[in-house]
Amino acid sequence: MSIRGVRIKIQELSHRYTPKSPVTFDKVNLDAKQGEIIVIIGRSGCGKSTLLHILAGLLRPTDGTVYLDDTLVTAPSPQWVMMFQAPHLFPWMQVSQNVGIGLRFAGWDETKMSDRVADALSLVDLQDYADNNVQDLSGGQQQRVALARSLVMEPELLLLDEPFSALDAFTRASLQHDVRSIAKRLGFNVVIVTHDIDEAVLMADRALIMAGSPGKIYDELEVNLPDPRERQDPAVQAMRARLMEAFQNAANEHPSASSKDVGDDSKPHSVTQHA
Amino acid sequence: MSDGAPSVGIGESRSFRALKTSGRGLSNFFGGLAILFTLWWIGGYLISINPSTTHFAAFGPIPTFKAFPELWSSGTIQSAIAASGYRLGIGLLIAIILGVPIGILMGRSKKFREMSNSPFQLLRMISPLAWMPLAVVVFATWNQSIIFLIAIASLWPIAFATAAGLAKVDPAWFKVARNLGAKPLHLLTKIIMPAISFDVFTGIRLALGVAWIVLVPAEYLGVTSGLGYSIEDARETLSYDHLTAIVLVIGAIGYILDSTCVLFIKRFSWHHAES
Repeated sequence: MSIRGVRIKIQELSHRYTPKSPVTFDKVNLDAKQGEIIVIIGRSGCGKSTLLHILAGLLRPTDGTVYLDDTLVTAPSPQWVMMFQAPHLFPWMQVSQNVGIGLRFAGWDETKMSDRVADALSLVDLQDYADNNVQDLSGGQQQRVALARSLVMEPELLLLDEPFSALDAFTRASLQHDVRSIAKRLGFNVVIVTHDIDEAVLMADRALIMAGSPGKIYDELEVNLPDPRERQDPAVQAMRARLMEAFQNAANEHPSASSKDVGDDSKPHSVTQHA
Repeated sequence: MSDGAPSVGIGESRSFRALKTSGRGLSNFFGGLAILFTLWWIGGYLISINPSTTHFAAFGPIPTFKAFPELWSSGTIQSAIAASGYRLGIGLLIAIILGVPIGILMGRSKKFREMSNSPFQLLRMISPLAWMPLAVVVFATWNQSIIFLIAIASLWPIAFATAAGLAKVDPAWFKVARNLGAKPLHLLTKIIMPAISFDVFTGIRLALGVAWIVLVPAEYLGVTSGLGYSIEDARETLSYDHLTAIVLVIGAIGYILDSTCVLFIKRFSWHHAES
């Protein structure tokens, strides 16, 4: 499979759900290099998931633009694919049919399609499960099928909306590792939104901290760590501490971010803290 | 027809278990029928020994089965089945062609659902046979009137089952499909139809049950063909053995049609078997 990344340019992006509702986020600007993995960390309600839906073309911004190279994003496309918290596989299809569904929409012929599907399945280590019923797979395997279903389209940009938060710790760790290594091997861009600091440290080239209401990107850190990244590595631990500090600063300076949480003492409860 | 999962030893092979289950199922199947026919035979015997009912003795199973070769060689059974089958088939087809889109509309459009609910519920509760006088006035032939009755009887179960099926469809499937490049036609043929085919066939099964019951009394009037007419004809010519033979045919065909629907429901079910 040949995939190349894309340069992402987000300019003055704002969003509100209806003209009367409050601004979800305001004037977000972001540039990403080709092949860069960006992780946006923020607690629930800061608009990070809405931002991702706009990047995917599934929602329209109220103001501002998203360009991928020279293409303005206005609608969903197999070139920029989103993965969700749940795999949302089609239960009446086998694993291979699920993976190939995007190619079927695009009208590919059967032999080309089955070759490409086999490639995508081996990328996520599910080559032995092609003919299985997706309902027989574990949660982690199902999320791998969803990943293969996205990768089969050879996207320039993969968008992940807290994709591993429903998985157990071991499965989550192996998927975090695999997604990063696949992205680096094939060279496509990734934008992940999460509330998990560890996920940011383990996966990001650059971590953005989003806070406030309306949300804005408050801080950003380059995550210059060698691969593979191990949780117990002191450099990873140090980076995690820096990110946590930046996150808490953002939360403290933006008390409005927590105004909805009654009794919040401005400590970031909603941020998952793994020891 | 299958009873609950039998408890089996670990050493027993799957095929052996299946053989044992189907063997028991088969003996229960014939056992149940044998009881029915025995009761019938006792009833026939009691009728034949009672002097006041003795000329109805042909209701018993033995005269009935003796009537079959005659009915078959004269072509009475075949032509009655063909005529009734034609009315049922066309009526059901009309009900499916109208009912499935109505059901999809009910499932997809909140406005349509809310506006249509009370009129449809009201129409649904009208006995199909109550339309008979009206149908006779509106339609040119009795045949068309009967087809209309079958269609109106079958429409509601199919439409409501389709709508119920659509209500269970995960909205995220549409988001995923759109993201992978699905066009509106793809959503219908690759997502909606396979997702709800189970429910549509369940609706067709219910419709068939109602339609089959409506068909026979509808054929008592006006027409000179079909199973209902054959019963009426046998009654008027006092050939009670023919009458029971046709009743038996009606039961057997209804049973076969229902079993066929069950097969289709199983075939199109993507819900995992609980066994």
